[in-house]
Amino acid sequence: MFEVVAQGEGPLFMDPDADKAREFFQKKDRTLKNKVMSEKEAVEKFVHDGDYLAIGGFGANRIPTAICHEIIRQRRKNLTFAGHTSTHDFQILAKVEICEWTNYAMALRFKAAAMGVSFLPGRNIVGTDTFKYSAAKVVKCPFSGKLFSLYPALWPDVSAIHVHESDIYGNCRLKGISIADLELARASKHLIITCERLVHNDVIRNDPTQTSIPYYLVDAVCEVPYGSFPGNMPYEYFSDEEHLRLWMKSEEDPEKFKKFLDQYIHWTKDFNEYLDLCGGLHRINELRAQEHLIQIKEQKEQPK
Amino acid sequence: MTEYNTMELMIVAAARNLENGKTVGVGTGAPCAAAMLAQKTHAPDLVIMFEAGGISPQLPTMPISVGDSRTFYRAVMASGMCDIMETCQRGMVDYTFLGGAQIDMYGNLNSTVIGDWKKPKVRFPGSGGANDFASLCWKIMVITPQDSRRFVEKVSFITTPGYIDGPGARERAGLPANTGPHKVITNMAVMGYDGKTMRMRVESIHQGFTFEEVQKNCGFPLLKAEKIVVTPAPTADELRILRTKVDPQRYIIGR
Repeated sequence: MFEVVAQGEGPLFMDPDADKAREFFQKKDRTLKNKVMSEKEAVEKFVHDGDYLAIGGFGANRIPTAICHEIIRQRRKNLTFAGHTSTHDFQILAKVEICEWTNYAMALRFKAAAMGVSFLPGRNIVGTDTFKYSAAKVVKCPFSGKLFSLYPALWPDVSAIHVHESDIYGNCRLKGISIADLELARASKHLIITCERLVHNDVIRNDPTQTSIPYYLVDAVCEVPYGSFPGNMPYEYFSDEEHLRLWMKSEEDPEKFKKFLDQYIHWTKDFNEYLDLCGGLHRINELRAQEHLIQIKEQKEQPK
Repeated sequence: MTEYNTMELMIVAAARNLENGKTVGVGTGAPCAAAMLAQKTHAPDLVIMFEAGGISPQLPTMPISVGDSRTFYRAVMASGMCDIMETCQRGMVDYTFLGGAQIDMYGNLNSTVIGDWKKPKVRFPGSGGANDFASLCWKIMVITPQDSRRFVEKVSFITTPGYIDGPGARERAGLPANTGPHKVITNMAVMGYDGKTMRMRVESIHQGFTFEEVQKNCGFPLLKAEKIVVTPAPTADELRILRTKVDPQRYIIGR
C-alpha cells in the first residue's frame, strides 16, 4: 500500500476506476465503417447534457471550432469541461466549479486513462496551493521512499480533435506538435474528429507511419476545411488575431458577448456560414500567407 | 550612449543569463523574447522548448502562443506536452523562464487569484505549464517589472513553487532535489537567492537606480549580495538585434 502523505481538497468529477473503463471499451464498436457525418449530426449523436467534454489542441491552436460552435448552437447543458489553456474555445460556461490542475497534470490524467490504469505519478504540483485545490494526492514511493504526486485517470465521455487528414473510417494524420491529443484520443470514450480534408484509405495504408490516431478510437469524422479558424493550423493557416481580439473584447460585457454569440454562432447555420461572415476564403488566403511567412501586398499595411 | 526603454533593458539582461548549449523551457512574451535574443546573439545553440511540444525551433518571429506554428519552425522535433515535461522531469532541462503576476521573497509565484481562492477579487488563468516547468527544470528565472504590488510579502496563492517557505522546503514537499529559483530580472535590478536562507537578494542594479529605489519598489526586505555590481547597459548590437530581428512589430518592447 502507498502511504498517502497529503491530498488536495478539489472535487473529482469522474470515476478513475480502470475496470469500469474497460467495461466501456469492451463494448466500443471496432467495425471498419464509414463515419463521415456533419458536425450537427456528430454533436446530436455523441454530445449529451451532463457529459464530461474535452477539447483537443492548445489555446487557439489546432482546435475543433466547428464542434465547439455546434455544441453552443444545440445548447448542451451541464457539461464538465477540460482543455489545455483554452482561452477562446470555451468561454461559454457560465457558472463553473473549478478544480486546479496544471497542463502537465491534465496530460498525465489523459495518459493514465490511455494506458488503462487509474493513476500516474509525477513530480510537479506538490508544495503549492495549486496542489491544495486539486484532486491529486502525494504518496511515499514504495521503492525509493521519496514523495510523488499521483494523478487520477480521466476518461472523458466525449472529445473533439481537429487534424489535418482522416479517411472515412477515422484513421488520422496530424502534422506539427501533438500537444496532448494522442493521449486524449486514447482516453476518450467517444471521439469526434474534424479534419482539414478527407483522404482515401489507400493514402493511410501506403504510409501507416503517419497515422497517429487509429480508426477504432473514432466515432465521427467531419470534413471541415479551415476548421481550426480562428485558431492556427500548422502548415495550413495562422490564427486570426483580429477576430480573436474581437471575441476577447466582446467578453468584457455580457450583453456584447451575447450579441457576439448570436451573430457568429446562433444565427449562422454551420461553420461555412461562420467562415464567410469572418471574411471567407479571402481572409484564409491572408492567414495562409502569414503561416508560410510570405509577404503579400496587403500584409505590409498592417491595420492597427 | 544608446537610448533604450525598460522592457528592452529587462530582455537584454535576461538574455545574458542564458548560456549557449543549455536547454530552457519558456513561456510567451518577455521570456520568449529573451530566449530568442540569446539565440540570435551569444547562444546560437540554446535549445528552446515550449510546453506544447516545440523543441529547438529557429524562431522566425515572436510566437503569439506557446503552441503556435512558430514554436516549432525549423525545429528539431515537433513533439508533445508529455515528452517536454518528462524531459524536464528526467533532469535534462537547465532553465525555465517565466513571468508572474505576484512573487514573494522565496520566489513563489501567483498567477491564479488575487484575494481568497473561493471568492477571488481577480481570477487569472492559473498554472498553465508554469508549475510544471518550475517544479521540474533545474533553475527558475523570472522576468517581471519591479513594483510593490507584484513583489509581495506573501503571495495570495502559490501557483508555482519557489523555495516555498525556506531551506529544504522543496525537497520536503517532494520536488526534485537541488532545483529552485535562480534569478529575477526586473526593470531596476537582477536578483538572485541567498544560499542559506533561500531569500531573494539583490546582485546587480541597473544604471540610474539605487538599492533604496529597488527596496522601495518591493513589498518585503531584500537581502544584498556580498558585492552588488552595476548591470552592464545593453550594447548597440543587442538593441539592434532585439529591435530588428526579435521584435520588429514591438509586441513586447513596445509595452
